[in-house]
Amino acid sequence: MTTKKFLYVNRKAPYGTIYALESLEVVLIGAAFEQDVSVAFLDDGVFQLTKGQDTGGIGVKNFSPTFRALGDYDVTKLYVERESLEERGLTEADLQEVTYEDEDDDWAEKPSIRIISRAEMADVMADQDVVLSF
Amino acid sequence: MSTLHTVNKSPFATQALLSCLNHCKDGDAVLMIEDGVYGGMAGSGLSEIVAEKGKSVALFVLSPDMTARGIDASRLIAGVEGTDYAGFVDLVAKHDRTQNWL
Repeated sequence: MTTKKFLYVNRKAPYGTIYALESLEVVLIGAAFEQDVSVAFLDDGVFQLTKGQDTGGIGVKNFSPTFRALGDYDVTKLYVERESLEERGLTEADLQEVTYEDEDDDWAEKPSIRIISRAEMADVMADQDVVLSF
Repeated sequence: MSTLHTVNKSPFATQALLSCLNHCKDGDAVLMIEDGVYGGMAGSGLSEIVAEKGKSVALFVLSPDMTARGIDASRLIAGVEGTDYAGFVDLVAKHDRTQNWL
């Protein structure tokens, strides 16, 4: 099977709509097909990665810890757009830490989240075979 | 006579919060709920507009929705107050009508 480059684009905040949770579900399903997967977070999608989420008060599942499991499924490229963070008063320090173990580097633990510019995000998008939007 | 306005959409995704703020009257209250709570955050591109409106209308966010999204109360714009579900009910009872900005 030939490997294709898949990009999952997240532009919605978590919990207010079902998009963010559904995206994560599809990423996990897609990971089973051993493709070259990237996940993009821009616009309100950057809110999905904030640290310290606690949904006990609103009675829905807190799915934010699941992002930290993506590395185990070889999903190691989480691109976050810097301008989207800035427009929302956020910095990288507001995001949870997501890491993966690099099998090509003696299983060294490395960050999965890569903060990139809007222009770089456009390049990431243009580099894909398949783009799935949420 | 006053109105409680609720906004449940992210201010970065729709114009609902801005339209609400542009239509509410002095003495009204605006309660940001669900994804609307992002409108209460300091340091964003919209914070100044929200803070300015806070001089003439009471601004609230629903705390459980903030906590769910990982936003600490310390990140709120000065003058924006957190409230719980019981406080939501009190706001509804206190005002003459409730208008939802969907």
